[in-house]
Amino acid sequence: MTNNSLSAIFAETADPRLATPGMNRATIFFLIVTIVGLSCGVLAFIFGHHTIYNNTREMPWGMLISTYAFWAITSTGLCMYAAMSHVFGGTRMGMVSNRMVWMSIICIMGAFATIGVEIASPHRMLLYNIISPNPLSNIWWMGTLYGLAVGCMIIEFAGIVTGLGKLALVMGVFGALAEVLANSCLGGVFATLPARPYWYGAQLPIYFLTSAFLCGAAAAVLFNYLAYKIRDEKMSTSVHLAVKSAGKAMTLVLILYTVATFWRLVSFYVGGPELGRTAADALISGPLAINFWVLEVCIGLIIPIILIILSRLENMSMLAFAGFLILVGQFVARYDLVVAGQNVPQNLGWDNLPTHFSYVPSFFEFGVIAGSIGVVAFGFLMGERVFGKTFTQKEHH
Amino acid sequence: MNIEELEKEKNEGIDSLPLQERRKFLKMGLSVTGVFLGGSVLSLTSISHASNQKNADMDIPAEGQYPYPKHYGMIMRQNRCVGCELCVEACKQTNHVPNDHGAWRTAIQEKITTENGSEKREFRPVLCNQCNRPPCVRVCPTKATYKDPETGIVVMDYKKCIGCKTCMAACPYNARYFNEEKYAIDKCNFCIDTRLAEGKKETACAAACPARVRIFGDLKDKSTEIYRLLHTPDSKIWVLRPDTGALPNVFYINA
Repeated sequence: MTNNSLSAIFAETADPRLATPGMNRATIFFLIVTIVGLSCGVLAFIFGHHTIYNNTREMPWGMLISTYAFWAITSTGLCMYAAMSHVFGGTRMGMVSNRMVWMSIICIMGAFATIGVEIASPHRMLLYNIISPNPLSNIWWMGTLYGLAVGCMIIEFAGIVTGLGKLALVMGVFGALAEVLANSCLGGVFATLPARPYWYGAQLPIYFLTSAFLCGAAAAVLFNYLAYKIRDEKMSTSVHLAVKSAGKAMTLVLILYTVATFWRLVSFYVGGPELGRTAADALISGPLAINFWVLEVCIGLIIPIILIILSRLENMSMLAFAGFLILVGQFVARYDLVVAGQNVPQNLGWDNLPTHFSYVPSFFEFGVIAGSIGVVAFGFLMGERVFGKTFTQKEHH
Repeated sequence: MNIEELEKEKNEGIDSLPLQERRKFLKMGLSVTGVFLGGSVLSLTSISHASNQKNADMDIPAEGQYPYPKHYGMIMRQNRCVGCELCVEACKQTNHVPNDHGAWRTAIQEKITTENGSEKREFRPVLCNQCNRPPCVRVCPTKATYKDPETGIVVMDYKKCIGCKTCMAACPYNARYFNEEKYAIDKCNFCIDTRLAEGKKETACAAACPARVRIFGDLKDKSTEIYRLLHTPDSKIWVLRPDTGALPNVFYINA
């Protein structure tokens, strides 16, 4: 492809209305956040992961893993809704599915950026994931499938941009399949560890998938709202209906997720291993109680439901704010899940150990999180700037 | 039978029961819960592929039922441990275990309880249980940790370790740590490279223990002390966290 044809494509897709000083400032700001934030993670390779992250032998996983899970889950949700609209049609979300494919790619990039600086030796991963694979390992499948998914989605998006509708459709289906399976394996990473009763069990992979549908819908509502907000433009009727449709999905899954959370926690109090119950205690009345009750339940579940009811799925600002709060709640929920699974000592009762280990993420961990948010925000703005017209066009098939 | 009527019956106690009856009952109960009597080590946990198919009542496993040519394990005579930590020191020296960031291959756990007004201290040596169904091996994406086909010991191939720490999360025994020098996860390997490879018969910790708490050896070899202890009739043997299904090869007794 020559430079000329590339420029021709970008001329077709770019949205010159966003070439404003304000947008440029915002884009550069998030680029700086990305660079500075991820530099915190790069420092791990210089000073040692064990030195700058607050993970310990007892709690090997922390906020970076939970944030990785959060972005990966959100990516899966966006990709699934987009693929469903592309393949089956019939949903009004098809109108904004191109933007969802783009944001799915961007969210998985946020996830990769986080995990890339969390893993101690990613260079070994590149080699030995290929020449020494373990097909029984959830981590192996998860990494491979997310890699495959992002490859498919990039080709899909290229197909959308260049007008190769069939290619986009096929790759979209493969991408979504890979995302769903990868998400399931991500749940499986936790769900298949009998040593951690708070994670172990058949529910967790489904729980992760439910969360994907929730985060995907919430992100679809939020990003579409923001796309029109930054243009200071009113949504067309068809886009309004598309976002409303995403809002409906968000509401339905919010209820399902709430039910799943309720029964998940109840199950720990009716029997089962003590370690699981003590872990659940961390959320109900222990060190994670404020996270759980205030951020997960009030801000992430109850207030969004109230906002959705008040908005009647018509008031887009309110709906978008509900979507934002859901994403905040889900971010904290992943953190609580990762921490609670490990913060009860496995040898509780010996060595005068506390009931719950204390874990506070380090400055550098917060830096990486900011960097991952920077990746997603920068990617969103760049997407709107470079592919804005594609996002508001009808689908290509 | 009506439970209410049963409750009205006078408790006969266990004093009048013949010894044989009590033993039978205990054996049944302990077999059901996975804790065995009479040295039926296979009924407990350890050798998932090994079972006595010839005679279910026979305590000694049939030859050829162990999955590894040598099947190393350790038995801890827990009540003998005084917490001197000579084993910990010997392990550090022998295996070059770094001194910080929670690095240890073996440790002594301590529990203080009060019984009848007096303080009771209990020590428990712990190390990698070299499980037969090792959760760490299953989760490793690059086969950086695996069961040594000759000995059944869970070993590391450091160059393959990506540092995802899933094995640490998966281990029910907190037996794994991040080795900052190797920049990989590390663990106890029964001194396979530092002592067994040189023909020594014991691990560094077992050799250093003045109270002979740790008995190391081949579970298959009838001439070993570990074999004898595991097959001593009427001794109560337990493992840590049997609920995880990891089938550990480190056993505990009070002897």
